[in-house]
Amino acid sequence: MTQLSHIRNFSIVAHIDHGKSTLADRLIQSTGTVADRDMKAQLLDSMDIERERGITIKANTVRLDYKAKDGQHYVLNLIDTPGHVDFAYEVSRSMRAVEGSLLVVDASQGVEAQTLANVYQAIDAGHEIVPVLNKIDLPAAEPDRVRAQIEDVIGLDASDAVLISAKSGLGIPDVLEAIVHRLPAPKGDRNAPLKAMLVDSWYDAYLGVVVMIRVMDGVIRKGDRIRMMQTGAIYGIDKLAVLKPQMVDIAELGPGEIGVLTASIKQVRDTRVGDTITHEKKPCDQPLPGFKPAQPVVFCGLFPVDANDFEALRDAIEKLALNDASFSYEMETSAALGFGFRCGFLGLLHLEVVRDRLEREYDLDLITTAPSVVYHIYMRDGSMMELHNPADMPDLTHVDHLEEPRIKATIMVPDEYLGDILKLCQDRRGIQLNLTYAGNRAMVEYDLPLNEVVFDFYDRLKSVTKGYASFDYQITGYREDDLVKMSVLVNDEPVDALSMMVHRARAELRGRAMVEKLKELIPRHMFKIPIQAAIGGRVIARETISAMRKDVTAKCYGGDATRKRKLLDKQKEGKKRMRQFGKVEIPQQAFINALKMDS
Amino acid sequence: MKRRARLAKTCTDAKVDLGEVEDWQVGGFAIYVHWPFCLSKCPYCDFNSHVSSQIDQKEWLDAYRLEIDNLAAETPSRSVQSVYFGGGTPSLMLPETVEGVLDGIRRAWPAANDIEITLEANPTSVEAGRLQGYRDAGVNRVSMGIQALNDQDLRKLGRMHTAKEALAAYETARSIFDRVSFDLIYARQGQSLADWRGELSQALDLSPDHLSLYQLTIEEGTVFAERYHKGQLRGLPDEDLAVDLFSATQDLCEAAGLPAYELSNHARPGQESRHNLVYWQGGDYGGVGPGAHGRLTLDGTRYATAQWSNPAAWLQAVRAAGTGQRTREPLSAEDRFAELMMMGLRLRGGIDLDRAARLRGEDLPQRQIHDLIEMGKLQISDGRLAATEEGRLVLNAVLRELLV
Repeated sequence: MTQLSHIRNFSIVAHIDHGKSTLADRLIQSTGTVADRDMKAQLLDSMDIERERGITIKANTVRLDYKAKDGQHYVLNLIDTPGHVDFAYEVSRSMRAVEGSLLVVDASQGVEAQTLANVYQAIDAGHEIVPVLNKIDLPAAEPDRVRAQIEDVIGLDASDAVLISAKSGLGIPDVLEAIVHRLPAPKGDRNAPLKAMLVDSWYDAYLGVVVMIRVMDGVIRKGDRIRMMQTGAIYGIDKLAVLKPQMVDIAELGPGEIGVLTASIKQVRDTRVGDTITHEKKPCDQPLPGFKPAQPVVFCGLFPVDANDFEALRDAIEKLALNDASFSYEMETSAALGFGFRCGFLGLLHLEVVRDRLEREYDLDLITTAPSVVYHIYMRDGSMMELHNPADMPDLTHVDHLEEPRIKATIMVPDEYLGDILKLCQDRRGIQLNLTYAGNRAMVEYDLPLNEVVFDFYDRLKSVTKGYASFDYQITGYREDDLVKMSVLVNDEPVDALSMMVHRARAELRGRAMVEKLKELIPRHMFKIPIQAAIGGRVIARETISAMRKDVTAKCYGGDATRKRKLLDKQKEGKKRMRQFGKVEIPQQAFINALKMDS
Repeated sequence: MKRRARLAKTCTDAKVDLGEVEDWQVGGFAIYVHWPFCLSKCPYCDFNSHVSSQIDQKEWLDAYRLEIDNLAAETPSRSVQSVYFGGGTPSLMLPETVEGVLDGIRRAWPAANDIEITLEANPTSVEAGRLQGYRDAGVNRVSMGIQALNDQDLRKLGRMHTAKEALAAYETARSIFDRVSFDLIYARQGQSLADWRGELSQALDLSPDHLSLYQLTIEEGTVFAERYHKGQLRGLPDEDLAVDLFSATQDLCEAAGLPAYELSNHARPGQESRHNLVYWQGGDYGGVGPGAHGRLTLDGTRYATAQWSNPAAWLQAVRAAGTGQRTREPLSAEDRFAELMMMGLRLRGGIDLDRAARLRGEDLPQRQIHDLIEMGKLQISDGRLAATEEGRLVLNAVLRELLV
């Protein structure tokens, strides 16, 4: 039990690579929370994928005991939040669990779009924000320029920004002092009924589901019976602990404190980020505001490369879903790809992370179909259906109109690439909302259809700007547009996994690009293969793969038989990477690569 | 089209009741002897050949004899239908060495009455001088690596002889042997359809009984492959021209009375290479010499064997262990079926369907066969499955359909 005045709760806001995790490591180290010999880089990113990609997917927390220069002992709780737009809701909950933020900006790179989105979340949550300029010891560091940029772009006073080098440890004591003296202590009423926020939860092989909480009011103790206000479920607390970052049992947690509990909860799915935890017997009257159930926005099909792996895939998806409430799945049957799952994700990164984990942790080879957004189809009878898969598009005679999700995209880019960015957004049916400059960097905001962004927008953005642009978005709502389903026929047979929703005005362009790509991706066969893109019964683009005329070994004698047989055996392996469609074999890569546009 | 419809009968394996004999006996039994040395390495060749000036032929003969005795101990009570000296350049062997090897073989197995004994020879005047010696040693067929009939292309192919020299060597060979075959390589750099028609007509005017006509293939690990990948091997024919060159070859040879009995081999009926038919018809063969491969059916199991490739390593192994065999791998029913298809569909006569099904131990891939017949790549006639001319041109793809 710690006095409110001696608690400081904070998060770190930073762009990827700007040094968030390194700073967290240094804070852990210099407060003696973890002995030097136990330090490994990026202690808080626990999943391999997190460490590899340098991103945080799950919120993590660490409790630091710090003796300040004023001689007082403080408890500092750092919540390391997910840094990506896909997890914006999770970020917003984490932000509500703390009172202040460190805004870490690379002193040579400056402010990026992602930094902005997260810093606005912190401002929305009412945080006190301490700017920290990192990598100050690099020759390219320009602290004055970056200070001015923080003031111009974000509107924060950066005159007393803390200058550090997280890598070398320079300035770390100043950061700790700034946390104590510049960030506010939490508020709360120890005598009020228990009100705690469920910040995050995860599955631990030994403990079962672990729930991270922030106590707002009241006191929570081991053995208490608690109620989850959104789900209504009631549990008895088996274990109460703080993370240092390993679990250390604690008897109780009072207002302002952050810790974890276990309560024989079977599945992570049974917990909801943002839920309010209270006592069963003496509950609080109102849950905390802002709770939202997870809502997938991007869908794609996941199919096993080897059809025999379907059961293994089902197993893996079920296991993964236990630990990730934000990801949805249902069985899907594709004529081209066989049995698989239609899965819903919070965004593209979430999709990639889940797919990577399935492939890596469960050793599966997967075919990923083109990501699709959720369309709203308004039927002539007045009903509305959600379309998650273009293959399910109903007969047009019953459809009144379609609406698609739109986003507000924020892109920051050196001004020399601005023209390319504007063209890219324009090509993707974007509407410019805003264009401002800060130094030689432009910040441009666009209203864009999400379906133009989900696939390769980010790749294109990076390639046209040589990686200098940063990008973030939020979903703003649905709008009607002239959308049609484009089907693709290979050898006169429709391939459901390649059908997609497109804007009518862009259909021909996309159809042309698609059939040209497929012509490159599908190997020649012994017969010629027509490839067509069509809307309804009307063909809008066509290519033909000519028949192979000659493929034969000139010499084949006694010494060649073994080599040739082994070559055929090798081709059996290659064939596993192909999908038989009618008489045509389509390489699995084609299903995703066919959709990549060059513009 | 008449040509496609008609299946050559001359070289099909006879219907055999396999209740009484083993599968390999359909193809017969042959011995391949590999001489691994050349005077120089040709830039297109990926065979196991080495350039060496210090060769003790007595030492090699002893090793060959040891290997032959070892092989004979494993394969008693067979007769040999064919012996083939390949290389490398076997015409660098002394006639005494060839004689010694053949003597060893005759001591080891009874020879078939019509045994074919072939030796590959380079058409140089030096080697022409040894031809009589080979004949006296027992060789009854030579296969000459003429490769081209114009000097410019011969130089590009790295050959050490001129066209004139080659023709003279050919005439010498004809005067000594009843059966002389020669090889030509076509689809060469810058070769037009008219060029090849002219050159092939000239070759046919020499009235050979057997011709091996290979389209130039760029094999990995050769000098040509190196140049090819650097973009320095220009003027190779595109696919359409390669198809036209192949078709012209079929037409000209057929008209001259030498139809293709195999993808790249043409013969007057009755003059087919019996040795190579052993390979294509799934017979057994013993491989003797560095890098030589074999197929041996022993106690009902068929093995793929291979000898050490490196000449020094092979010699040492034979001396130490009595055999230069490096690997011996049992073949599954699936493997044997695959090899029968791979080899047998190269023949105009194709394969016996009953035999293929027996070998596989289960039904043939009916749907694939049906589709390929529909596409005009395969045909069935008299219980035999064969590739059409169109099918032979894409035989690798046909085999992928059937076997992969």
